[in-house]
Amino acid sequence: MSERAQRLLELADDELILGWRDSEWTGIAPTLEEDVAFSSIAQNEIGHARALYELAAGDLDTTADALAFDRSPEEYRSAPLVELRRLDWAHTIARHWLYECADELRLAELKSSDDAEVAGLATKMDREEVYHRMHAQMWADRLCGEERFESAVDELWPYALGVLSPELRTALAERVGREQVDAVERGSHSDELRELHEEMTMVRRSIPGATW
Amino acid sequence: MIFEVFRQERRGQAFAHAGSIEAPDLEFAEAWAREQYGRRQESEALWVVPRDAILEVHDFPDELNKTYHRVDGYSLKAKLKEARERAGTAAS
Repeated sequence: MSERAQRLLELADDELILGWRDSEWTGIAPTLEEDVAFSSIAQNEIGHARALYELAAGDLDTTADALAFDRSPEEYRSAPLVELRRLDWAHTIARHWLYECADELRLAELKSSDDAEVAGLATKMDREEVYHRMHAQMWADRLCGEERFESAVDELWPYALGVLSPELRTALAERVGREQVDAVERGSHSDELRELHEEMTMVRRSIPGATW
Repeated sequence: MIFEVFRQERRGQAFAHAGSIEAPDLEFAEAWAREQYGRRQESEALWVVPRDAILEVHDFPDELNKTYHRVDGYSLKAKLKEARERAGTAAS
């Protein structure tokens, strides 16, 4: 697999899995307004995943749906940060904020890529991510100093570092005001991903080869 | 806090009331208004206004029945018909 396809899949898998995790709040977010907003953000992430899978699918001679749903959990390249299932709001916002901070750095790098397709898609994605960042930051500002939020950020920080390539980690540490520690790297998956995969691919597996 | 949201559907059109949002401050109100009233490309622009900033005005007395102040004081239909007859351009 080309390096480009690998990077696209990392990014796509992160967005798909995080979108899925975020959508677990639909119907039960803390307020009605936040329910709508967070569900919409989840849909955006899945939209980004689709666009990235489509780009990768062209390189790999397959389809976006096949990449999203027909691989085994072990083949996903997502970062452990997005796989965790922590259905409490402090962890959810901590992850959202850390992920958006990391994603901003990653997208900035992709936007200046020599690869016009990648740079173009990164630019489009970033226009939506601006509002995700705004949303994440306003929540982080509001919860900042709260014990539950701070301990969630501490817990997730090594995972957040694992979202980025090592060259970008110093900038992330500066951005979120924390010391660099050993990252939880991509490459291994938790049982939580296997459970999510089971649920996520259930309908597609029910009638193999069907067009939806 | 309650914020009232007004939505402009297309550039140049008047803003119309779309609904309200409960949010702790203007920043949250903006984020939530975007998602509730803009995410489907249904709006060109939004006005997000604290409900307290809106002055609601009621009660417009017309005790002496001054119909000449009101649109229904004039039968435009009849006047139009007369004018058309005069000009010989009566609508068929």
